[in-house]
Amino acid sequence: MKYTFRILRFDPAVDQNPCFVDYVYETEEKKSLLEALMDIRNDEDCTLSFRYSCREAVCGSCAMVINGRFDLACRTMLESLGTSVIVVEPLPNLEIQKDLIVDMEPFWRALFAVEPYLFSGEKRPEKGYQIDDRQMEKIDPYVNCILCGCCYSACPVVARDERYLGPAALAKLYRFVQDPRDLRGFKRWSRVNTETGAWGCDTVFKCNEVCPRKVRPADGIEGLRRRLVIGKLRSLFKREK
Amino acid sequence: MITHDILVVGGGLAGLSAALSVDPRLSLAIVSRVHPLRSHSVAAQGGINAALGNSPEGKDDNWEKHAFDTIKGSDYLADQQAAELMCREAVPAIYELEHLGVPFSRSPAGLIAQRPFGGAGFPRTCFAADRTGLVIVHTLFERAVKNQVKVYDEALVTKLVVENGRCVGVVVYDLASGQILPMRARAVIFATGGYGRVYLKTTNAYINHGSGIGMAYRAGVALKDMEFVQYHPTSIFPKNILITEGARGEGGHLVNNKGRRFMEDYAASAMELAPRDIVARAIQTEVDKGNGFEDEYVHLDLRHLGQKKIDKRLPSVREICIKFGGLDPVEKPIPIQPAQHYSMGGIDVDAHCASALPGFYAAGECACVSVHGANRLGGNSLLETVVFGKIAGREASNFVSGLEQKDASERTMFAEAQAEKEKVEAWISRSGGKMAHHLLNDLKVVMSEKVGIFRTKKQLEEALEKIREIREDYGRAFVSGRCLRYSQAIVNLIEFGYMVDLTEVITLGALLREETRGSHYRRDFPRRDDARWLKHTLVRLKDGKPDVSYRDVQITKYQPQERTY
Repeated sequence: MKYTFRILRFDPAVDQNPCFVDYVYETEEKKSLLEALMDIRNDEDCTLSFRYSCREAVCGSCAMVINGRFDLACRTMLESLGTSVIVVEPLPNLEIQKDLIVDMEPFWRALFAVEPYLFSGEKRPEKGYQIDDRQMEKIDPYVNCILCGCCYSACPVVARDERYLGPAALAKLYRFVQDPRDLRGFKRWSRVNTETGAWGCDTVFKCNEVCPRKVRPADGIEGLRRRLVIGKLRSLFKREK
Repeated sequence: MITHDILVVGGGLAGLSAALSVDPRLSLAIVSRVHPLRSHSVAAQGGINAALGNSPEGKDDNWEKHAFDTIKGSDYLADQQAAELMCREAVPAIYELEHLGVPFSRSPAGLIAQRPFGGAGFPRTCFAADRTGLVIVHTLFERAVKNQVKVYDEALVTKLVVENGRCVGVVVYDLASGQILPMRARAVIFATGGYGRVYLKTTNAYINHGSGIGMAYRAGVALKDMEFVQYHPTSIFPKNILITEGARGEGGHLVNNKGRRFMEDYAASAMELAPRDIVARAIQTEVDKGNGFEDEYVHLDLRHLGQKKIDKRLPSVREICIKFGGLDPVEKPIPIQPAQHYSMGGIDVDAHCASALPGFYAAGECACVSVHGANRLGGNSLLETVVFGKIAGREASNFVSGLEQKDASERTMFAEAQAEKEKVEAWISRSGGKMAHHLLNDLKVVMSEKVGIFRTKKQLEEALEKIREIREDYGRAFVSGRCLRYSQAIVNLIEFGYMVDLTEVITLGALLREETRGSHYRRDFPRRDDARWLKHTLVRLKDGKPDVSYRDVQITKYQPQERTY
């Protein structure tokens, strides 16, 4: 099978603007997009840059835009694209550092802003926690997140307002708020009760659509909103500390 | 110049554990070639061992039994004090992880669930579905965020700097800027992982080149037991992505082309849950006898587990099969074959994770304490990273706190960085020669064909010769294009030099060890020989050549016996 790869190339140190470069790629094997990119780099141009590590959709390195769709390069099989012209672009909403490599700094900053760690008690239970499986199941979808950045890049709210925390960070916060071991108070996390936090979401569900791990971050954001409303009502009646 | 008290190289589980246990009064940084969350530890699926005794079948389990299984699994090459230490520390380590936020799967009683794993007498493997590594890495990273640990990511360490017989820092290739810089430290902890990518078929990530192990060797530190290379029995054909041992722990069957559960012939009582060396050899033997499919693989059948159990306990396995294998394990058996998975050997350190080079520590897969001996049990590698990572952080902190010598001179540090720059310049200035990916492929072919599951004197001798030829080729390496920023070709060439060294050490150790033990199978010496070989192989660089010596195994109370399952 013969493909034309149209890859957006950009080296901000040298180039004025990003531009597409075409590469002809032939293979008889069942290759992933990542494997194809590596072949092109090896055989055509060793300065072509992109991130990768695990090649099994669990490390979150190789998120990019492939024929207009957000996905991990490693889990995208060429034949599944159903076309011989393959357009590859870096994630939008983030600055290009080189070719398909983007600066993830704003994404991490948003994540760190929600205090993404368990607020556990002073003393750990000596024999571990006793938690019903059904309670843990509630956070299951969210711990599947690999922080690849697809949702952040696809989010129309992030595109117009860089202050918005974005789907991954908010879903991560929901994961902790729902965790029966987490002791952060309502006051502490309800700082996301803002237009750049939980209420920023447009509910167009782009994040749910693009997530390569089926996390459904928007569901987490809705969950946060529910908890915020309940929490506010409770605080009116002074039942929440 | 960037200066810290302690540099942890590698941001996977061992590196994060080490960083989290460094004395908070010291200045600390993690240096990693990828962002910590992109480390290979995230790919660990099945679980982490600790004798919690949470399941009804496991109520008589205790750490001594875990230690015994580990030592027997190691084919008696593990140092028994170290294995006992690891297994004793396992129980509090798991509760600590849970307290930090790891979302372990639960038992019906609401406790941490445990599943059976290969070579273990009881269900002892704690897990979070089949994404255990992922959730532990994320949890420890979250803790590092909370503690505001400084991370230099996308920075490849290229060399250890030694001054006056002491490790004083590293040289780093910073991918984003393309610069080569010195980083000074009073102690360095390596948590750089394994070298799976010296083989064609490996479950390891693309980044697992093992250069960290080679850097230690070049700095004069001994490598231990490098001939012991673990093949995981079940990687999906043909992409060789790991299918967790948990799939067999949950009840999956291995079946040949005659529809038989052939493990009956190799490990009649443990069956599919025999240790990995035995199961991997059994599968390869079946394929070689013509009992496989397409002369490549056998089947791992999960269909009888049913969709509900597969979705609950093995969701990632199902996803991997669908995405990468084009089949649904609910409906079809999975084509699997053995693939390189893990290095039992590594940088020679003691149970304090200290090497013979003052100020230099190592933990995790790159290190060899030794707790895994000649064969590691599934579920013990995550455990090792957590337990020994923590020890490394603590011991390095003690070392630094008691250190009286001054920091390394700036002149030494800059001179070392300059030498690295000149090496890279030489590759760029050449107009032709050998390219990184060709060199890498040549090496992989040699290792796969000649230093595989089954070995002979002849093959190993041929391999050594080829490896030495490839070293000559490396002298003619070149990079086309002048861009130093995010250059994977430069990364690969820097690492390749070290890969040649470590494949030489693996092969030499395998050639000299005239016995069969654990993962090291010699067709010409098919039996274990305790009289001659109950000892560790140590290889260090002396006058530019590998120098081999041996060290006795530490035995406490478990006398070597015949290993049957």
